[in-house]
Amino acid sequence: MSTQDDTHKLISTEVQVDEQTHEDTAETVVSAEKLNVYYGEEKALSDVSAEIPERRVTAIIGPSGCGKSTFLRSINRMNDRISMCQVEGTLRFNGKNVYDDDVDPVALRRRIGQVFQSPNPFPKSIYDNVAYGLRVQGKADKVDLDKQVERALKQAALWDEVKDQLDSSGLDLSGGQQQRLCIARAIAPDPEVILMDEPTSALDPVAAAKIEDLIEDLAQNYTVIIVTHNMQQAARISDKTAVFLTGGKLVEFDDTATIFEDPEDQRVEDYITGKFG
Amino acid sequence: MSTEIQEPDLSGDELRGDRATDRRVKRVLFGCASITVLTTIALFVVLFDNAAGYFYGARIWEVLIGQESFRQTVSLSEFFSGTRWAPVRSPPAHGALPIIWGTLVITIGAAFVSIPIGTATALYLSEYAKPTTRNRLKPILEVLAGIPTIVYGFFAVSFITPIVVGALGSLFGISVGRYSMMAGWIVVGTMTIPMVSSISEDAMQAVPDDLRNGAYALGATKYEVSLRIVLPAALSGILASYILAISRAIGETMAVSLAAGFQPQLTANPFSEIMTMTAYMVSLARGTTAVGSVEYQSLFAVGLILFIMTLTANLINDYLKRRFQEVYR
Repeated sequence: MSTQDDTHKLISTEVQVDEQTHEDTAETVVSAEKLNVYYGEEKALSDVSAEIPERRVTAIIGPSGCGKSTFLRSINRMNDRISMCQVEGTLRFNGKNVYDDDVDPVALRRRIGQVFQSPNPFPKSIYDNVAYGLRVQGKADKVDLDKQVERALKQAALWDEVKDQLDSSGLDLSGGQQQRLCIARAIAPDPEVILMDEPTSALDPVAAAKIEDLIEDLAQNYTVIIVTHNMQQAARISDKTAVFLTGGKLVEFDDTATIFEDPEDQRVEDYITGKFG
Repeated sequence: MSTEIQEPDLSGDELRGDRATDRRVKRVLFGCASITVLTTIALFVVLFDNAAGYFYGARIWEVLIGQESFRQTVSLSEFFSGTRWAPVRSPPAHGALPIIWGTLVITIGAAFVSIPIGTATALYLSEYAKPTTRNRLKPILEVLAGIPTIVYGFFAVSFITPIVVGALGSLFGISVGRYSMMAGWIVVGTMTIPMVSSISEDAMQAVPDDLRNGAYALGATKYEVSLRIVLPAALSGILASYILAISRAIGETMAVSLAAGFQPQLTANPFSEIMTMTAYMVSLARGTTAVGSVEYQSLFAVGLILFIMTLTANLINDYLKRRFQEVYR
């Protein structure tokens, strides 16, 4: 039998969880109400309700196949690209249900950026990669474009490494640099929310650590929602954590400190301590 | 138990039979592979040898064994700059420009039909069509590619020439005969559409979906993703399909003969009859030309030009592939 203290300190890494959470000051930017997502007959998300605060890092953790990526994709309607996918319920972005008939997913995605699991820079120059979003969104007058590209690359902590080779291909960068390029590309059009789907899982630990630092900085300006299978990562960088378990259910959603130190649900405790998952 | 460690027998003596089989298999496979190479070499030698007979009145092997000597029969300058092609008439004329022009103008005209329509079809199938639609349409396109060219020829005679070209001609007050350059453009263009669309579509499908997702997530529309992401990323494959369609058009024979005709003319009028190099060859080959005659050997000279043209197209294809290939990781 372990002591009471031990069971409460579930993650033994030096987790510096912010004890003063910003509960009261943060507005809700994305909220799900009884969200159900189906792939054909299969139910991928089941009655998910959550309120995601502005300018915070919200981590979504859970075992594979629990629907965490599905949840992420339903926020910017990237699920529309999957022909079998059907969505029921409400998902609000700044109060507007994005599944209303009068919502154009293209317009929605211009306000919600996304970073993918493996770096996917376009086979274009570094400059054109970052400028792509600004250009398709018609935010590209030439002088401004240069400034915005520089700003985005600086925010993505990549500027100093690439400022002399903006014309070379994005594919010539290392994996970690490519992922930071993708982050720069996502933040260049200045979205309100940035979705990240396991952004460090294809990277080595050093490159992953850089991305983690970057995510914490980004939360000063953006709402970051990150799917991760790495619990230490969630504990390190997030303010809020949502735990999805099998069946597409959101089992617990709370301050990261609470989830990792004193979760309410026994299954969450079991998952975090590695008893299953 | 013995303390001495026995060395394993790795000599492979018992494998001798397997090794012999290996060598035999290798020889058989090499033999099969050499057949195509040897055929290509033999083709080139035969073409070159007979072409020499056309221009210099003697086959190379006849000169080599001392039976004949070279004497100029048809001058190269007449062949490449003369504007009248009538090797069978008397007096004969050996200016190949009209038939070279015929082949070029048909090829270029057909490319104007097949490239835009084929590329648009590929973009539709790859980027716009639902998977179910694509799965239904693609086999139809492939059937179209497999129809014998003579059938396209009859299609030209019975439909394209009287209905399409005839209607256009009457619009300009021109009565169109049985054959026209324009009918050649349309029929050769149409029959090479599946080649362009099918190969281009494969190239577009090979573009990683990650790239599309990246662009869609940035709020790009389908149009922008198709034209700015997929098209450039698939460029090497798309260009390869163009070149293949063009070399097919150069070598096209039956359909183009039945559509464009047998009248060697240096004309730019799309409603007039012309003759391509292949049409000349087929019209002569089915006749009663004596083997060894100048007319007979003119076939090989024309064939050599065709061979060089398609070879050039293939070399351009190789170059473009290397030049525009995207490397993904």
